[in-house]
Amino acid sequence: MATANIEVSETPLVLYALRRADDALILGHRLSEWCGHAPAMEEDMALANMGLDLLGQARELYTYAAKVEGRGNDEDKFAYLRDVRQYRNLLLLEQPNGDFARTMVRQFFYAAFADLYWRAMMASSDPTLAAIAAKSEKESAYHVRHSSEWIVRLGDGTEESHRRAQGAIDDLWAYTGEMFAVDDSERGLIDAGIAIDPATLKSRWLKTVTGIINEATLSLPKSDWMQQGGRSGSHSEHLGHLLSELQSMQRTFPGATW
Amino acid sequence: MVTVALSDADLRRRAWSAAAQVVDPEIPVLTIADLGVLRDVAVHDGHVEVAITPTYSGCPAMNMIALEIELALEREGIHKPKVRTVLSPAWTTDWMSEDGRRKLKEYGIAPPLPGSSRRALFGELAVACPQCGSVDTELLSEFGSTSCKALWRCKSCREPFDYFKCH
Repeated sequence: MATANIEVSETPLVLYALRRADDALILGHRLSEWCGHAPAMEEDMALANMGLDLLGQARELYTYAAKVEGRGNDEDKFAYLRDVRQYRNLLLLEQPNGDFARTMVRQFFYAAFADLYWRAMMASSDPTLAAIAAKSEKESAYHVRHSSEWIVRLGDGTEESHRRAQGAIDDLWAYTGEMFAVDDSERGLIDAGIAIDPATLKSRWLKTVTGIINEATLSLPKSDWMQQGGRSGSHSEHLGHLLSELQSMQRTFPGATW
Repeated sequence: MVTVALSDADLRRRAWSAAAQVVDPEIPVLTIADLGVLRDVAVHDGHVEVAITPTYSGCPAMNMIALEIELALEREGIHKPKVRTVLSPAWTTDWMSEDGRRKLKEYGIAPPLPGSSRRALFGELAVACPQCGSVDTELLSEFGSTSCKALWRCKSCREPFDYFKCH
């Protein structure tokens, strides 16, 4: 396990692309963990399909980050040769799958955001980001519809499914605030029209989420205390375990190809 | 092997027709020209560059398609072609040719309904069964055997079928 981590020059645009690429890769990997374990065949395919969409988005974003950075890094190096503290994804997305309800709540919170986010990003002044957004927006639209249906079904289902869905909402709620946070690095991109300010999406996100949660006879926690840190590399203990699996091949056999 | 010098225009034409015959490995009745995946063929100083656009971000067929294009051009005597992926403008099912839609249906996959707007994505769909033509059909799963397909069932002839999603 002696492979050195790569160094990354995190200029604002590189950091921006890496953050979204890491979001997509980490959530995509979590969904792939369900492959062969989902409660029904259709669901197994749905989760794998969504994981694949996210992996595709990650690849495009990593490739763009590598091009902007121009230091010889590429999508594989970004994915396989950065350690936990170099990852920039949202804390929400690295949380373990838990049971099916927990996976769906995590998916719903994020997909409802990603759908709005990528649609707004289609107006980015950066043509590559606008093009990636145009694809991701359509894919996210399917993801939010799929998870919305499950939230209603689980919440308004049996006592057991309701209890589990509510438990997942209570546990994951504190990770949703990070989706709307902006730091100085990103503020400059927003001012330049390259990125959009996610805070402007919050009321619409809350409206979608509240509507579905109510329909599902579930409720959102009253607390508005939010946990952050993923965007700057301070992660929960779960990401290291995820990366040890995701990176095991390249860490064990550096440079292996087939 | 004898190489004949071709004008750029001839070279481009030959390269296009070779690339246009490459089929989608998942839906082998459709060529990449039918799908609208083949965007452009350019010739710079005698070197050919083919531009393709992905259907879905994560479509694993894209790598295979790029390789098949290189092989098809090499077989035509066009050496070391480059295949470039373009993201903009983003592919939509509206780019699928009429011929492509017909071939899909004959193959047993319901073609995407025209119009790739969000309304078409989420509107009230009337997907016709590719086997019997009935529109009395139901969605089984929005996610099918590949990224681009959903699983449906015909309530008239009871056959399950794939539907190429609007995108």
